[in-house]
Amino acid sequence: MAETKTLKITMGPVPYLWSGEKWRDFYYRIADSGHVDAVTLGEAVCSKRDHFTRPFLPEVVERLEKSGKAVALASLILVTQEREVAATRKLAAAGSLVEANDLSALRLLAGRPHLVGPFVNVYNAATARLLIKRGAVRLCLGPELSETSIGPIIAGAPDAEYEVFAFGRLPLAISARCAHARAKGHAKDNCQFVCGDEPDGLDVDTLDGQPFLSINGVQTMSRHCQVLFGELPGLAALGVTHLRLSPQDCDMVAVAQLFARVRDGALAADEAMERLREIYPQAPFANGFLHGDAGMNWVAA
Amino acid sequence: MELICPAGTPAAYREAVEAGADAVYCGFRDETNARNFPGLNFSRAELREAVAFGHARGVQTYVALNTFMRAGAEDLWFQAADDAVAAGADAVILADLALMEHVATSHPGQRLHVSVQASASNVDAVSFLVESFGAKRLVLPRVLTVPEIANIARQVDCELEVFAFGGLCVMAEGRCSLSSYITGQSPNMQGVCSPASHVRYREDGAEMVSELGGFTINRFGADEPAGYPTLCKGRFHIADEDAYAFEDPVSLDVMDHLDALKAAGVTALKIEGRQRGKAYVAQVVSQLRSALSAAPADRPAHLAQLRRLSEGQRTTSGAYEKKWR
Repeated sequence: MAETKTLKITMGPVPYLWSGEKWRDFYYRIADSGHVDAVTLGEAVCSKRDHFTRPFLPEVVERLEKSGKAVALASLILVTQEREVAATRKLAAAGSLVEANDLSALRLLAGRPHLVGPFVNVYNAATARLLIKRGAVRLCLGPELSETSIGPIIAGAPDAEYEVFAFGRLPLAISARCAHARAKGHAKDNCQFVCGDEPDGLDVDTLDGQPFLSINGVQTMSRHCQVLFGELPGLAALGVTHLRLSPQDCDMVAVAQLFARVRDGALAADEAMERLREIYPQAPFANGFLHGDAGMNWVAA
Repeated sequence: MELICPAGTPAAYREAVEAGADAVYCGFRDETNARNFPGLNFSRAELREAVAFGHARGVQTYVALNTFMRAGAEDLWFQAADDAVAAGADAVILADLALMEHVATSHPGQRLHVSVQASASNVDAVSFLVESFGAKRLVLPRVLTVPEIANIARQVDCELEVFAFGGLCVMAEGRCSLSSYITGQSPNMQGVCSPASHVRYREDGAEMVSELGGFTINRFGADEPAGYPTLCKGRFHIADEDAYAFEDPVSLDVMDHLDALKAAGVTALKIEGRQRGKAYVAQVVSQLRSALSAAPADRPAHLAQLRRLSEGQRTTSGAYEKKWR
């Protein structure tokens, strides 16, 4: 088994609508964490939410960079409206490191170093090579990919760093329609930001009470929380360089510490799992996608 | 506007041609296209025959190769593209960036269309594909209003095609892993959504329960027809209510927007439904053809005929109208 100690820990963007202050304080704590190496942040899910965090962005970025984190700004996932096109152009032109989450950002960032986020479809090495040639230096692979895809992608396009979702509810779909607003009797254009009432997502159960999905505004996420602890040696062997932790409404500094300890061999995977159940008891755990199974399943590593 | 019609079988292909299609789209019998259903699609020989049949009648053939190439198995897609070109396809419809690069490099004369699965929903995304791979036409995802489509059409250097009738994806196409989260199989990878292999119906008292991968997608009373458990069109428990959380079991019908779409600069209208029978395809095509060529005053009669084909399902104009959001 490969050495896991070189794996870096990345904090992905907060997917949910949190108040600006809560969002800022979250990143201040991340800045103080010695276990987080890189941070990608910014509103990627819904352009209507952007004004909640935008005022705090400069001070948050400054604090993160001052504490040595590699910072990147995430572009919007679904770009349809003129003002969203304009915002993506502005982001790309500003000169910061950007994580492209839509083909539009790939056009705008071509020729200079950038990251590719999990919402750009990279299913094979040929696509990864094409993106690397255009300036991609790190690719966060989509959560649907199994290790039998991740291996050949990295082997066939080794000139970049690779990140996988190691913790968090998985982004599964995005729509022009807001199911979150709709569930609460609002249309998207007059949503009253009701998604802010569920800082960890709105539960969707089946009619027979089975926990099923989770809604986050226009995004549909897994109900299960992906957790990859036992898989770290395998991922390192495949050439994965970064583990993405996707923020849930729990103590993410403690989550990052758990991953760091497992990575460093200081904590066994099963013990880490027990600890994680205490830190984040809200969701069942899953790792099925990585093992080529249904995403919601748990496969013993 | 051109009428682009589906064919899941050679018989449906011929029906679509006879009924007035400008172009017919189809796929090979494997995971290289997003309607990889049992009993559907074309062998290499069947595609060659279809292309010849169409060309003899002035109808074009588009070949959908619109799944994403599985790592380590890319040759399956490269070979399918090469075979489609060799068979004389008038266009290939692609979603995977590397497959686009392959066609642009190896077959520079081949007309390249971008599938809805590529999820290009704005001027910069469309231009990226035009500039990088020489895309001549792009099928827009069902996330845009008519004014947004018009805005894109004004700024891009390629033709635009939109979905007009048939199935409706609620989620942005090519960016949905709901099916694989529940079943392990997805549109992007295996070319299936909510696959029949994972569907089960069971009676529970007076109710019929439809399941996908062991999860209840809907419950139907005795007087309700039990629909197919497409994941995003199920009834769920959400925010203390039982409701269609994402979308009702509706299909797409943008007939009320035909003039607006034409004015917006749309080149082609696409009918969804490669999984539908040949009789359905023939009727939709001929009614839509009649509606398109009819005077505005005569159009409603044709559209009423067309709407009967939605099989009792309710219809929506989806994202084309802003209020749908």
